[in-house]
Amino acid sequence: MNLWIPVLLATAGTFAFKVAGYFVPDRFTQHPHFNQVARLLPIGLLSGLIAVQTFGEGQSIVLDGRIAGAAVAVVLLMRKMPFIIVVFTAAIVTAIGRHFGLWI
Amino acid sequence: MPASKNAILRDALGIGIGVASYGVSFGALGVTSGLDVWQTQALSALMFTGASQFALVGVLGAGGTAVSAIAAALLLGFRNFPYALRMSSLVRPHGLTKFLAAHVTIDESTAMGLAHENGPDQEVGGRFAFWATGASVFVFWNLATLIGAVAASGAGDPKVFGLDAAIAAGFVALVWPQFQGPLERKTGALAFLVALTAISFVRPGLPILLAGAVALVIGLATKPGAAS
Repeated sequence: MNLWIPVLLATAGTFAFKVAGYFVPDRFTQHPHFNQVARLLPIGLLSGLIAVQTFGEGQSIVLDGRIAGAAVAVVLLMRKMPFIIVVFTAAIVTAIGRHFGLWI
Repeated sequence: MPASKNAILRDALGIGIGVASYGVSFGALGVTSGLDVWQTQALSALMFTGASQFALVGVLGAGGTAVSAIAAALLLGFRNFPYALRMSSLVRPHGLTKFLAAHVTIDESTAMGLAHENGPDQEVGGRFAFWATGASVFVFWNLATLIGAVAASGAGDPKVFGLDAAIAAGFVALVWPQFQGPLERKTGALAFLVALTAISFVRPGLPILLAGAVALVIGLATKPGAAS
């Protein structure tokens, strides 16, 4: 598969959402459910992505060092650490554990 | 006290430098997910909405189809539509400037625009904050992406460096600040469980869309403004 296809199609689509906002009348936002759905949608998708990226491998559930990384991320976020610290520490902990055979 | 343009500019630069850390992560993850440096950079320059970019490379890297990767990116990018609606009445761009404003309509520029909209200098401050933040984030985000992508393209097996765990951690960090109330936390927990359960039963990519469907149903079924 040429990866330019999903890259460019998704880019066109997300840009269309941004542009549409400047061309439609803003009484759209008056609909009470509209803002609520717009707020919850990213939360649902990102939570789904966490599940898949932590436990999934194709169509199987695989328990490996990613769980340690995600757990480290949760602990650091509870301590209000910045994004870059969270991501790098998660990677380092996972890598060190793998090196010493604590997990796969 | 009116927020001077200098103060706004300082905040905008600070936000830009802050998102640069996400940008480095995105550049590295894009390349380790199978995209080349150009494709990764094209996403930051042209798509320019972080969560959608992470989702696209995340689904592709996990073996999902192009269709489910695109769908995940679009669903995450949907929130820019209400942002743009809101910014349209603040920024009031004309002609081609509308497309430029649309391109830099993201979480950060919208938040800054709203924060300065009701200040003493009113719309001028809001508009200035929107443009300054959009421009600052665009520059830093793209530079950071390039650094991350180039650095990771020589890194070898991503698992040795724990980069697969970094993807999971990155999504946790993206959603964390959004868990502001009980409804948000309930939505996140339910979406997580549905996606986890679905992994073994449906094709890669679809569990994420099912998680999005959970949020859609909760959003439509819950009375807006009701404490839950």
